[in-house]
Amino acid sequence: MTSPLEQKKIKIAGPSVVTANRTWDGIVVYRTAAKSWSADLSEAVIVRNSDEAKALLAESVADDVGAVGAYIAPVQVGDDGKVEPGNLREQIRRTGVTIGQPAQV
Amino acid sequence: MYAYDEIDRTLVNERVSEFRDQVKRRLSGELTEDEFKLLRLQNGVYLQLHAYMFRVAIPYGTLATNQLRALAHVARKYDRGYGHFTTRQNIQFNWIKLAELPDALEDLAKVGIHAMQTSGNNMRNVTSDQWAGVAPGEIEDPRIWSELIRQHTTLHPEFSFLPRKFKIAITASDHDRAAIKIHDIGLRLVKNEKGETGFEVLVGGGLGRTPFIAKTIKHFVHGRDILSYIEAILRVYNQYGRRDNIYKARIKILVHELGIEKFSREVEEEWQHIRNSSLQIDDEVIEDIRSRFTYPAYEKLPHMPDELRQAAADPDFEAWRKNSVAPHKVQGYSIVTISLKPIGKPPGDATAEQMDALADLADIYSFGEIRVGHEQNLALPHVAKRDLPALWKALDKLGLATPNVNLITDIIACPGLDYCSLANARSIPIAQELSRRFANHELANLIGRLHINISGCINACGHHHVGHIGILGVEKNGEEVYQITIGGRADEGAALGTLIGPGVKFDEVADVIEDVVEAYLALRERPEELFMDTVKRLGVEPFKERVYATR
Repeated sequence: MTSPLEQKKIKIAGPSVVTANRTWDGIVVYRTAAKSWSADLSEAVIVRNSDEAKALLAESVADDVGAVGAYIAPVQVGDDGKVEPGNLREQIRRTGVTIGQPAQV
Repeated sequence: MYAYDEIDRTLVNERVSEFRDQVKRRLSGELTEDEFKLLRLQNGVYLQLHAYMFRVAIPYGTLATNQLRALAHVARKYDRGYGHFTTRQNIQFNWIKLAELPDALEDLAKVGIHAMQTSGNNMRNVTSDQWAGVAPGEIEDPRIWSELIRQHTTLHPEFSFLPRKFKIAITASDHDRAAIKIHDIGLRLVKNEKGETGFEVLVGGGLGRTPFIAKTIKHFVHGRDILSYIEAILRVYNQYGRRDNIYKARIKILVHELGIEKFSREVEEEWQHIRNSSLQIDDEVIEDIRSRFTYPAYEKLPHMPDELRQAAADPDFEAWRKNSVAPHKVQGYSIVTISLKPIGKPPGDATAEQMDALADLADIYSFGEIRVGHEQNLALPHVAKRDLPALWKALDKLGLATPNVNLITDIIACPGLDYCSLANARSIPIAQELSRRFANHELANLIGRLHINISGCINACGHHHVGHIGILGVEKNGEEVYQITIGGRADEGAALGTLIGPGVKFDEVADVIEDVVEAYLALRERPEELFMDTVKRLGVEPFKERVYATR
């Protein structure tokens, strides 16, 4: 869960995606195979080695208008192909805060 | 309250127009994120886990009711209906859209609120005692000097590209409610032997990765010289402060590496060049600022009105009064602290409805004024004692009368991994669980004054180093782990806590804190001996033994 802001070298240990925040509203998005961004993790392109990750990140960063702060994040791919976030940070980014929000409780 | 002049209003409005244009150019692709980042940060806009975060300044913690209503409006219209009061007299909105930010800024500008000095490597929002101007025994209202420094430093080119962010806090009371010793510059208003007003100047305090308590650099700087002296400090910092390593860029590192004596000599030398320049403050300037602060037309009221005497029979009222109501400099009035720490809820959060309702109550009971403290609570600074029972009932209906100010559930916590892109671990759920564990008011009262501070990473926004009990969340092998410190304090006797041992897991934190508290209750010599007194008397060893004996 080390902050990806401290991500210095691109070295991945398993399936990963590129994630960022959409520029105009800041919501969490994932890079898709169609070279676009989606809020749906299941639409993210999965990379499995460092070279693929580097290439995907470079392409994502170049799309500066669509999303900001792109970085590589781990995911878990189930036997059924279902993609889930690979750590707590990414789980929180995907599903929201783990606490009740004051206006909703 | 302080009344802004035409210069302030023009500055704030121009800032909105500039930012609107910058956002437009960013969204069109004319500006890259690299180009835009500095501009958004200069307007308090961060990028967090889920969205942009918008930090708004509340200079020296003073708000008028129309300003609080404007904050409620922003929460309701542009965010998710709530805001989070921080440890530096700011409010943060966590779900704001970049495309709507210029509108939000424009709405705030109409009531003189802005986001300048809330981010970036510049002079940050000058903070002060939330009881400024009403605390008995203070030298004078520290906000006059806070405002002077705010005016001088806002968008000052020399302070806009510092090696790192720079924070100033000012107090005028013996008891430091502004945490001046953990600031880059801490100012304490004092009188010299001639009765002249000036400042004890402290420098080099700060928390984060490398915490230091500020050291006194000069025991008395005359009020007229305070801008030149601050500028001399900043020039030395600007010249020698490190820009090659973000972790060593704060002035505390420079002061530590040079030593306070050498640093002091450098400042003194620089000061002599600029002391008698245009930076020397004319009395008229101070008087002009002073005249723009308006104070209520207090009535002559009894010390103990009948309403208060009658309400004292209600134990629930008394429980609240005992912890939330403080003496005022004017007889018949009180300062009321409003806990933003309801049991089991995120510390420092307030809904738009609560903000609106509180503004109404401030109009009725506090001459239209609200204060914000670094403990993430609010205050009504001018409440007639006769009105305390009615105010309490109204606050209770809003969920704002939790009687836990300064008790163990009055927890300071950063947003942590639930919101913050820098965090390694969650803070708020830890605070919520602790709040629930110690929800019993009789137990909390039995424990007495005890401050818990929680940070979700080493940047220490929850000020864990100076919590009586500090909790720091870190990440270890992909799991949240929490380090516990004991013995810190943020007041005039500021001290850094001592780590008691290895970190513990998320699910164990509340048990560990219970052990620490049980150890304290068993070890204290008498009920009046506060937690910090016991720690001072015995050190951390007995607590360490208690926590780790069975772990």
